[in-house]
Amino acid sequence: MTAERAIAQDIESEVRHAQEHDEAGNSKFGFIVFLLSESVIFISFFVGYAIFKTTPVGEWYPPGVTGIETKEPLFNTLILVSSSFVIYVAERYLHDYLEVKKNGKLWGFRLFMLLTMLMGGYFLYGQMVEWSGLPFTVQSGIFASMFYTLTGFHGLHVLTGIIMQTTMLRRSFVSGNYDNGYFGVEATSLFWHFVDVIWIVLYILIYVWQ
Amino acid sequence: MTNISISPDEITRGQPYPGAPDNWKRFFTFSTDHKVIGIQYIVTAFFFFLVGGAMAMVIRSELLTPEADLVDRTVYNALFTLHGSLMIFFWTFPVLVGLANYLVPLMIGARDMAFPRLNAISFWMIPVAATLMLASFLVPGGPAQSGWWSYPPQSIQNPTGNIINGQVLWILSVAINGVSSIMGGVNFVTTIFRMRAPGMTWFRMPAFCWAVLAAQLIQLYGLPALTGGAIMLLLDITIGTSFFRPENGGNPVVYQHFFWFYSHPAVYVMVLPVFGMFSEVLPVHARKPLFGYRVIAVSSVVITVISGCVWVHHMFASATPPWMRMFFMVTTMLVAVPSGIKVFGWVATIWGGKIRFTTPMLFALGGISNWVFAGITGIFLGSVPIDLHVHNTYFVVGHFHYVLYGTIVMGIYAGIYHWFPKMTGRMYYEGLGKLHFALTYIGVQAIFLPMHPLGLQGMPRRVASYDPEFIYWNVIASLGGFLLGVSVLPFILNIVSSWIRGPKAGNNPWRAYGLEWLTTSPPPVENFEEIPVVVSGPYGYGKNQPLVANQARLGTIEEPATS
Ligand code: HEM
Ligand SMILES: [Cu+2]
Repeated sequence: MTAERAIAQDIESEVRHAQEHDEAGNSKFGFIVFLLSESVIFISFFVGYAIFKTTPVGEWYPPGVTGIETKEPLFNTLILVSSSFVIYVAERYLHDYLEVKKNGKLWGFRLFMLLTMLMGGYFLYGQMVEWSGLPFTVQSGIFASMFYTLTGFHGLHVLTGIIMQTTMLRRSFVSGNYDNGYFGVEATSLFWHFVDVIWIVLYILIYVWQ
Repeated sequence: MTNISISPDEITRGQPYPGAPDNWKRFFTFSTDHKVIGIQYIVTAFFFFLVGGAMAMVIRSELLTPEADLVDRTVYNALFTLHGSLMIFFWTFPVLVGLANYLVPLMIGARDMAFPRLNAISFWMIPVAATLMLASFLVPGGPAQSGWWSYPPQSIQNPTGNIINGQVLWILSVAINGVSSIMGGVNFVTTIFRMRAPGMTWFRMPAFCWAVLAAQLIQLYGLPALTGGAIMLLLDITIGTSFFRPENGGNPVVYQHFFWFYSHPAVYVMVLPVFGMFSEVLPVHARKPLFGYRVIAVSSVVITVISGCVWVHHMFASATPPWMRMFFMVTTMLVAVPSGIKVFGWVATIWGGKIRFTTPMLFALGGISNWVFAGITGIFLGSVPIDLHVHNTYFVVGHFHYVLYGTIVMGIYAGIYHWFPKMTGRMYYEGLGKLHFALTYIGVQAIFLPMHPLGLQGMPRRVASYDPEFIYWNVIASLGGFLLGVSVLPFILNIVSSWIRGPKAGNNPWRAYGLEWLTTSPPPVENFEEIPVVVSGPYGYGKNQPLVANQARLGTIEEPATS
């Protein structure tokens, strides 16, 4: 009856497997699937950018424009990229706090989350300054359309990320209840890394490839 | 042996929730039960099927005579645009998502979808989006008129000068529908990956679930591309960007790439679940295991991949370089391989089986025969020289309606009849069902077959008037169309009356395998009294093998003695 034994063992392990599939795990899995899907929107914009740029129908840049300033945005890029590490540190603090249950360390989470928010906010501010100094509008042809759409759409994602961070920070003060795990924080952090990676590609496409 | 322990509050779960009609209010509330949501989807979709169908009746009445005498040309444009859009976005997608919603958790032995609340939100976006689309009749200038594909430059023109115009409402409506579908995709993929009952390995999962998984993966990689294109279109109309305006450096053909990168695979979002239903219906009603189950299951995923590489076959007549035409011609032909494998598997399944010609079986067989025909004309369209000849003629309209009506709608009917006893606890009336089938099958041939010679003779699509030389086939097509309109009546009569007082069906009237038949009809709130432990695949007909660990549950199957 080895076959039956094998089946029984099979079932045994399956049951265990199924029980491990808790809700938080589902949420994380689902959120990653969602982010993969979301990245396709950006990819399609990027591909569109490459096509418009390499097979021009008319002028690429608006009249009088030959390129775009890269220094300020580079600084902005550095801020955003480092904020990805900062939020990682925040997440680690929360993790340690929950695993070791030492109250003292929750401040670490709060501090680094706040720092992430500030860095994100600074990034948005820098982008606003950049936009207001540009010599063209969204109607000035294909490059302008791409530029404002891409950076604007990305900016909306940064804003969403900051809102998520605010919620997570607030939750640590208001309910402070992590009985069901801290999926919200994980999701916020995943989202922030995602926004970051997208920006790097975007920076290379728009600012480096001129 | 191995049972998952039951907590006291689970005992109440054993109660079947009362079926209609005493509890019909259930279906009008914000419920998170996947079965209620499933039926909400199906019923809502049917409403828009009727609205879109009514538009088709007007369209065919217009085409009864060569002159444009029934409706204005702009009204005609609006009609075929909304007919196509409603049928795709608010009938086929939602009805299939509804069926999948109802069936997938039952078939994989789960208590619900992974994210029940998200599921409900996904559903409620559908009526909102559809209302928005229909509301475009009320704005100045009327609804969108540039067809369901909304190609620029037509679609970015705005003659009325209003920001709120039919085209903008169309885009918003499609966008809301898209968000709903992406959330649905996340939900289905998570559910199928992570909520299968113990013992339900990948190759013990019903072919329908494989098909739903494959279809939902397409939603996840394809819809965002369409969203990208739609955002650009919206910005072009509203704030004057120039993505698709050649005079400002833009390129309208790029939109076509965005659109078809999604909308070709979208055909498989619609047809794969139907294939899945064929794969469930045929074994039950022929009393034989699904032939080549593993191959059929995997071919769904193969189709998902290939169908993402064929979109340019819709653009052979656009400014497409020759190498692109060649490449996409070859990939297009490749899809025939997994599709052909499926047909082969179905034929082998019923070969020598004890076939019961029930209504679902008839619809499945009819749907498969139409699919074979549509596949052949599809190969024609996939070859560049023929496509350049018949592009944008009625040949194309005939081809895609064989897919959309002949295969998909008929497959949906097969599924609805097949699982109707499960959903309602009651049996439909077989006679009315057969009448419905006969009218539908004859109607489909009578309207869509004549479109092929029409197209070969050169009648363009999307026109309200035509050369009198085309009148012969057009009259036949219109009469067939009216027959198809009539064919819906016995269906509605059947469903409504048998839902109210049809004969009680019992839990497993077809003596089918598959987890969904192990629970009550209709199933209780959380589907199963205890989560079943699966020990074999779902197609054990004639093999008498147990499906779940708890043998006693198998008493419901009573396999007749077969060799
Ligand atoms: C009685 C049933 C139906 C009739 C009589 C009918 C008839 C028509 C006609 C005459 C057109 C216009 C073709 C043209 O001018 O290019 C059309 C377009 C279309 N139909 Fe149907 N149809 C029916 C059912 C369906 C169904 C069930 C679906 C989808 C599930 C569907 C999807 C479409 C689409 C996508 C278009 C293209 C619209 C466009 O050109 O933008 N139809 N139909
Ligand atoms: Cu196609």
